Amino acid sequence: MTRFIGFLVVAVLSLALASGASAEGTLRIGMTAADIPYTGGQTDNGFEGFRFVGYQIYEPLINWDLSRSDKLPSLVPGLAESWEVSKSDPKKWIFKLRKNVKFHDGSAFNADSVLFTFDSIKNKQAAQFDQYGSAQISWRLSALKAMKKLDDYTIELETPTVTSFVPYQIVYMVIVSPAQWDKVKDWRKFAEQPSGTGPFRVTRFVPRERLELEANKGYWDPKRTPKVDKVVLLPMPEPTTRLAALRSGQVDWIEVPPPDSIAQLKGGGFQIVTNKYPHNWGHILRLDKEPWNNKAVRKAANYAIDRVGICKNLLNDTCVPGTGVAYKGHPWFGNPKETYDYNPAKAKEILKAAGFDGVSKRPARAVALISTSGSGQMLPLAMNELVQKNLKDVGIDVDLQPIEWNSLTQRFRIGFTGENAGVNALNISFNFLEPFSGFGRFFHSKSVPPTSVNIMPFVNPESDKLLDEAEKTFDLAKQDAILAKVHEVVVDEAPWIFVVHDLNPRAMSPKVKGFVPPQSWFVDLTQVSVAK
Amino acid sequence: MWGYVGRRLLLAIPTLLGASIIVFAMVHLAPGDPISAILPVDASKEQIEDTKRAYGFDKPLPVQYLKWLGRVVQGDLGKSIATRRAVILDVRDSLANSLVLAVSSSLLAFGAGIALGLLAAFHQSRALDKLASAIAVIGVSVPHYWAGIILIIIFSVQLNWLPAMGASSDGGLVGYLRHMALPTIALALIPLGVIARVTRSAALDILNQEFVLALRAKGLARARVFKHVVKNAAPQIITVLGLQFGFQLGGSVLVEAVFSWPGTGYLLNLAIFQRDMPVLQGVILVLATFFVLLNLLVDVLQTYIDPRIARH
Repeated sequence: MTRFIGFLVVAVLSLALASGASAEGTLRIGMTAADIPYTGGQTDNGFEGFRFVGYQIYEPLINWDLSRSDKLPSLVPGLAESWEVSKSDPKKWIFKLRKNVKFHDGSAFNADSVLFTFDSIKNKQAAQFDQYGSAQISWRLSALKAMKKLDDYTIELETPTVTSFVPYQIVYMVIVSPAQWDKVKDWRKFAEQPSGTGPFRVTRFVPRERLELEANKGYWDPKRTPKVDKVVLLPMPEPTTRLAALRSGQVDWIEVPPPDSIAQLKGGGFQIVTNKYPHNWGHILRLDKEPWNNKAVRKAANYAIDRVGICKNLLNDTCVPGTGVAYKGHPWFGNPKETYDYNPAKAKEILKAAGFDGVSKRPARAVALISTSGSGQMLPLAMNELVQKNLKDVGIDVDLQPIEWNSLTQRFRIGFTGENAGVNALNISFNFLEPFSGFGRFFHSKSVPPTSVNIMPFVNPESDKLLDEAEKTFDLAKQDAILAKVHEVVVDEAPWIFVVHDLNPRAMSPKVKGFVPPQSWFVDLTQVSVAK
Repeated sequence: MWGYVGRRLLLAIPTLLGASIIVFAMVHLAPGDPISAILPVDASKEQIEDTKRAYGFDKPLPVQYLKWLGRVVQGDLGKSIATRRAVILDVRDSLANSLVLAVSSSLLAFGAGIALGLLAAFHQSRALDKLASAIAVIGVSVPHYWAGIILIIIFSVQLNWLPAMGASSDGGLVGYLRHMALPTIALALIPLGVIARVTRSAALDILNQEFVLALRAKGLARARVFKHVVKNAAPQIITVLGLQFGFQLGGSVLVEAVFSWPGTGYLLNLAIFQRDMPVLQGVILVLATFFVLLNLLVDVLQTYIDPRIARH
């Protein structure tokens, strides 16, 4: 027995001493995704898939400029050098494509590559139709009706209606290599040996375990040639696992460290990186039924929430108060009449004026479906308990119904019918990256299901009119100003209980240099280096 | 003997069928669906219907089940919904990883557990017995995922000796062994406790029998008496070892999740949250098969060691 124990001790110690240092210039990232996002082009796992796979291996015709922290990313030329809408027929767009760009397999990028990709998403009859990838992305590409090749480096896009939102859709369509697809003729196989034009290429793919990328030395933009040799992406859905992996030096970068670990990480010399980005977390209310059909109750609820308390005490400053769909300082924030600062007295006053004295007459009890965890949901249980308590303090009673994340997304899709007939609100976080994600899908009457996800339903002629006008305004500054007006309408109507905006916390080892946190869901990994 | 083995193998078929039906029914009873795991919430009705058709979810449940069964009989476990890879590949890779952990943790648990149990039995009611029993009780009572987290905090985060997660083979065999160390210990705790306790009570049982007294009375050396005791206690211990090894193989969902160890438990956990029916069904079926075969092996071993069992 003692010999056995002795053997064990020696074995463990020798293993410990043999600890291998990681390769130089390798950036290892612990993702929150449970699995490696789809590598076949039109990726899955929401924006985390775009962040680490879609936009690293592949590129769209138009890129986000992710090089700055101090302003929202603008749209810059990607695989297209320029684009413009036709003056004579505003339903036609011309894209001039970049020359001398090569896919990772060595084949040339040209107009055929774009048409090939377009058909893989939009044309069910095409041999290369990617059922899975198409289902991930085509709802974002509603304005892409048809594409035509004018010459090898020029394509014409046709839209079903006049819409200025085309560039905001084009950013989501990444271009895949037709030559590589011809070799394998199957998307699953393509995903295991993918080929795009992005700054990184796939060298190793171990399903459910790791994806290894190496720098694409022949990348067309010398300014964005990666500084690291290698990036290793590891799915780690458990927050404690991510934390342990970072602290033990197994990874250099983790997404979303648990908020209560932040002080400790900072003390240990780790970098905590945050920035505002278009994310919001709140309750989507059912507007055709008590209690939320009453605007006064909705407003009172919004004045009842102690957002600063939630961010300070619960989330260790990894969020900022949310008093609208967008945050203050965002070009779409505008100047809403309602400020929704924490003011329980005002909330009670509003309720009283609406006939609710808080004793004999209270708003009808509401049910809110919330998740127990989930992508972008932050700390849903604790946060919702605070929201519930804040609301109770002013005389609004809400029952929380926690369900698992997969079920919540399914219930969201159903809307407030069927299984959800007794539900008055859903707590899901959203992005407002572009006008459709931020406003169009929720606050236009034409987005009522089955078209899109205006499940509340929010039907407001002014909002409809402004959104239509924004879509037809091609001057971006003017478009922003109109969208700010939409935002003012939405905030003052309070169809949601606005709660917080996440700050996208990441923790990194002190060796990680050069990362610029953009005001975005995406990141530019090309400028990051890892010190020895 | 062979007739017995054949009968037992035939009996395994309804067991496996039952297991697969229960898993199938339970996953469909649970709220949520596979479509929610693989499509964005904004996907259109048409996309959802197309996807359902592509995976065969538009068919009634019994039809879905029978189709699956028909393919399994031909050796095809189908394709994962989430990764669209053949399930057999996922099961193969994860089973290999889990087997490694199951073997290493079983060796650790069996060795240490039997040693502790015998130690306790031969020093009954003395300090050594109390100590061994205390260790056994701790092993059984401490949740192994919690123990896993504590091990990570001590050996990965504080001491920085061993990796906290994954099964990377980057550092070759040494790298793999280093990744194995902590999950092995965490996984060994419960069987160690169980085996120590069973061994102790089995050995005590034999020790208190008259033939042991007779052996001692005729002046047999302590080592020889020990051998007789162990041999007589063996069938009982082996039954537990077999069961525990089965548990080690399939029951490590929590430990594998804590260490992100890419084994069957980790795969099951992922598949449950993604509602990945084919993967879930495939893993359970393979694990159940292992369980059945393992039980059979234990029974055969028992008859071999104690021929009296075959006569009953």
